[in-house]
Amino acid sequence: MKSHVLRPLWVAIAFVALVLLARYFLVPDDFGVHGESFTYNFYRAGNVQEWKDFPVKFRGSAVCVDCHSENEEMLAASLHAAIQCENCHGPGLDHPESGDPGTMILNRGRALCLRCHADLGYAGTSRAAIPSIDPVRHNVDSACIECHEPHNPDLEDME
Amino acid sequence: MTCSRRTFLKNAVKGAIAGALPVAAFRLLSPAQARSAVEDASVRWGFLVDTAKCVGCGMCVKACKLENEIPYDAPVTRTWVERYVVTRDGRTHADSPMGARDGFTDRKIHGGEAIDPSEIVKAFFVPKLCNQCDKPSCVQVCPVGATYATGDGIVLVDRSWCIGCGHCIMACPYGVRFFHPVHKVAEKCNFCYHRITKGMKPACVEACPFGARHICNLKDHDDPVTRIILNERVAILKDEYGTKPNVFYLGLDHNVR
Repeated sequence: MKSHVLRPLWVAIAFVALVLLARYFLVPDDFGVHGESFTYNFYRAGNVQEWKDFPVKFRGSAVCVDCHSENEEMLAASLHAAIQCENCHGPGLDHPESGDPGTMILNRGRALCLRCHADLGYAGTSRAAIPSIDPVRHNVDSACIECHEPHNPDLEDME
Repeated sequence: MTCSRRTFLKNAVKGAIAGALPVAAFRLLSPAQARSAVEDASVRWGFLVDTAKCVGCGMCVKACKLENEIPYDAPVTRTWVERYVVTRDGRTHADSPMGARDGFTDRKIHGGEAIDPSEIVKAFFVPKLCNQCDKPSCVQVCPVGATYATGDGIVLVDRSWCIGCGHCIMACPYGVRFFHPVHKVAEKCNFCYHRITKGMKPACVEACPFGARHICNLKDHDDPVTRIILNERVAILKDEYGTKPNVFYLGLDHNVR
């Protein structure tokens, strides 16, 4: 069948075939609908495991006290008991296994304490219930930890 | 070709049955049955934020950025905390400097004039994160199938499949998505999927010293957090978009957008 009318059709068919062939080789086998809905569950199944394998950085205080019991009791009885070790000491990553301090950068700065203890004057909020200071007046040039023990911040116990 | 009335009728009936079969095959499975066929059908992750407990320390934001390898000094973040201050003149002042990565240590809002405490009617902090919607509009608009909802309800981004077109970033009514400056793909909160699937809590939940953030399994009605969502008066954000969010808020103010 030699027709100038049909010729573009063969070109179109060849193009579609090429796209389908490329798709066959390029799209992974596990790509498809995994779940109820084509709209929400159309994906590459292997990616779920890739996200599950993402490395954990914050290990939790329970892991820290396995080795570092020196401040455990004091901290547990203090007003700061709810604060995770890694909030100030930095994420543990593989430190419990390797012993390498790596990512654990101890934060001794005023800015860390001021996150909670800067007085914003919001009466009636839980922020106002926290003992707070005016950061531009209260011992501006000193680090908080020079006077306050972060593991037991009770003012009664201050030396 | 001849066709007697008898053959025509026979073929017509056969054709009608054949045509109806696939439809019947689709209807055999009810939505509930289909759901039970999905992996992890006993888990549906949800989140509870107690806004009254949040003091705006931003430890959650800091922990999130470190845990999920979000460039620390880039103005993007998976979760953030907003500050709202309502003054006597009826105006609402809201800000979230660097997503509250360093907390709120200043009375100045948006770097402007500090608001005098006597002028304040109410002030509060609202943590925000991905709502892991039942009907995520961000997933609907993805042209390549690079973002999707898992069987346990978490919306993930396939970094190797995303083409970085940014449709999802615009489609999210909560403004949760952003462009990852390093991987050059869409990025979003996934409740720390690598942690919750190991039985750990998300980094933000663990970092919060005030118990303002909670993760739960919405399908486990004995889960204490799920019980709060079921029994207490909780609110969701932007109900009018119909996305069916799964982050619930205790004490949400009408000023929060």
